[in-house]
Amino acid sequence: MSIDLSQFFEVFFEESFEGLDAMEAELLNLVPGEEDLETINTIFRAAHSIKGGSGTFGFNSVSDFTHVLETLLDQIREGKRELTAEHVNLLLKSVDCLRELLRGLQAEQEPNLEEAIALRIKFEQILGVNQAEQNKLEVTASPAQLALNTYQIDFKPHHHLFKTGNEPLYMISELAELGDLETQAFNNEIPDIADLSPDDCFLSWRFFLNTAKDESAIREIFEWVEDDADITIALCGGLFADDDTQITAPDVIEENPNSTSAPAVVNVAAVKPIKKGTAVKASTPAAESTSIRVGIDKVDSLINMVGELVITQAMLSQIGQQEITEATIASLQEGLAQLAHNTRDLQENVMRIRMLPISFVFSRFPRLVRDISQKLNKQVELKLLGEQTELDKTVMEKISDPMVHLVRNSLDHGLETVEQRLAAGKDPVGTVTLNAFHQGGNIVIEIMDDGQGLNTVKIKQKAVANGLVSEADELDDDEINELIFMPGFSTADEVSDISGRGVGMDVVRRNIQSLNGSVEVSSAAGVGSTFTIRLPLTLAILDGQLVRVAKHTYIIPLISIVESLQIDINKVSRVGKDLDVLRLRDEYIPILRLYSIFNHQGAIETLDKTLLVVVESDNQKIGLLVDDLLSQQQVVIKSLEANYQKVDGVSGATILGDGRVSLIVDISGLIKLSGLRKPGSQELIIESQANLEAS
Amino acid sequence: MKRILAVDDSASMRQMVSFTLKKAGFDVTEAKDGSEALSIAKQQGFDAVISDVNMPVMDGITLIRELRTLPNYKFTPLLMLTTESGMDKKVEGKAAGATGWIVKPFNPEQLLAVLKKVIR
Repeated sequence: MSIDLSQFFEVFFEESFEGLDAMEAELLNLVPGEEDLETINTIFRAAHSIKGGSGTFGFNSVSDFTHVLETLLDQIREGKRELTAEHVNLLLKSVDCLRELLRGLQAEQEPNLEEAIALRIKFEQILGVNQAEQNKLEVTASPAQLALNTYQIDFKPHHHLFKTGNEPLYMISELAELGDLETQAFNNEIPDIADLSPDDCFLSWRFFLNTAKDESAIREIFEWVEDDADITIALCGGLFADDDTQITAPDVIEENPNSTSAPAVVNVAAVKPIKKGTAVKASTPAAESTSIRVGIDKVDSLINMVGELVITQAMLSQIGQQEITEATIASLQEGLAQLAHNTRDLQENVMRIRMLPISFVFSRFPRLVRDISQKLNKQVELKLLGEQTELDKTVMEKISDPMVHLVRNSLDHGLETVEQRLAAGKDPVGTVTLNAFHQGGNIVIEIMDDGQGLNTVKIKQKAVANGLVSEADELDDDEINELIFMPGFSTADEVSDISGRGVGMDVVRRNIQSLNGSVEVSSAAGVGSTFTIRLPLTLAILDGQLVRVAKHTYIIPLISIVESLQIDINKVSRVGKDLDVLRLRDEYIPILRLYSIFNHQGAIETLDKTLLVVVESDNQKIGLLVDDLLSQQQVVIKSLEANYQKVDGVSGATILGDGRVSLIVDISGLIKLSGLRKPGSQELIIESQANLEAS
Repeated sequence: MKRILAVDDSASMRQMVSFTLKKAGFDVTEAKDGSEALSIAKQQGFDAVISDVNMPVMDGITLIRELRTLPNYKFTPLLMLTTESGMDKKVEGKAAGATGWIVKPFNPEQLLAVLKKVIR
């Protein structure tokens, strides 16, 4: 029977990566000297599973490497060796190394074993494994037994043999497969029927086996019952050993040398790349995984919902076949309500499959921060907040790298050294905080540090040197901070290997913008800086408020609506040339006329006859002037970029129930578009409020 | 059809074992740890149990010890999957009532060959 093992590879890789993540997380929790057994056990199990799987599926480079790892862990687990900080560091490096090896194998590339071999040597030094000893072991593998021999085998099971689940009959037939077998059974030990226990074994046997196999093959058959039986195997003169059988020996000889020399070959090959002959594939390994693991409960609930949907459909089609009366219309309506309910449930659950908690990204940072802070000799505490905030899987995969870059920057440039912090009267331990939360239809990720803040003087100098701005330009701090996102900008005096690897903040911003997101920085000298990433929840089905502007229907994301009201004309004042501001309780709300922004004729222009929808974005409220509020409904966002082109002030489009296309209003885009706020600052609106107070 | 319970916390190993056995004509039930296996084993009968040793919640040795105390599993072959480095595990397993062991790594053919020792 041939079984293609490759069908299990994907599952193996996936669970191995999960195992490595678990190992890493547990290792980071380990404090040498106070380790608890369960943590060590979890790490051991992960290594053990990877070793077992990789061996089984033929990834010898991985299993050989994991073997030394496992041995060390086993010794620690058994209390034979004390865990040291060096062990933890080495194990963490091995996790990285294994991850690389597995990624390479997954992409079917020739693995780079340099790192693995170097690490392995270190492990072996710790374990005291002598290479020479290993070699010796290989050499002592017994040479093949070539000639036919006859063995006398006495097999006397102990009474309890059956209770181990072993079956002498099967062993005898296995023996028979090795060669010519003659069997004698002894029943002299069987007691009287009164004393006979049916669970016990009272029989014993003597075999004469004429075989080309050596004694070890026979031992193997009895391997499981060695302690449950008296077994003697002896080479004897020649019950069958006549000249005829000797002649057949050469046939056997040809096979044996191959099979017995095989282990040595495997051991040599294991040190070299396993797929020596195959060409390296040019394609880069796919960083984004193409499969998703979904809890069985989620799938079950989906199936359940589909079941209900089918029932509702059956009910509706039954109604459809009836004659239309008052009663059928009532039940039709009921059925449709049911259908709407089911569809919505189904939709929400399907979406939830793609949503994962952001802890999947956050979880890699404890390690990163530990390694980098060690390298930089800084003391850093990492705080993770909002780890359960859910985010679409695709977005999550793409946001990881920009975040790593930002955190690196915070550690390298943001946080000061212990001495500097003490001199500045700060806690010697710096803090980096990662925070995630939902705001409006967005997810917001903040990366905060309590370091020195951006050095505006240095940034400007650098920008001038690079010709990005001129010395004469009057720039405020926010404008200077914005400069770090300009292409080709790096403030590090020397390019360190932590940040500044030639990838600048401009790339970070570009990556985030390609996800339809934005990144901003705010900073205060001596206090710290905060990078704020805003990302859409994409794929989104959006809860929308349909509004009418002239003859057109627009959609405002329901989540950004604060309130809708009729305008009290007495509370409206004009600021500057053409901006109306409504005084609403203690706030001033700028009024944006959607009809003028989108260039529609025929809308109601008098303020007191229209409706104002107050919306909030980026902590800023604005009022949108609309003719009418229509219904609220869920809409599927269709990308305008993909189907047409990017339109400022519009985040997407959707198709309404009657087939018409309707545009979805992008609130923060509108704010930018209308010039109410310069990107990255909230100055202007505050200014206008100040003006108003003055007037 | 002979029924086998395959227990392993690693999904890929479990799938491999299960797939191999199914192809060889066995009826296979899977469990992801000792505890799950034990409760399945109590509800249904099996002709053999193949279990990994290192598993969360309940390890293979404990599973075998528990199974062996059940009247239905008094004579049932209970095999453990182990690595060559776990020689002391074999002894421990035998003491707990294991019938034998299968050394990892193994390929499907080896698995079936070993299984022939106890179930035909």
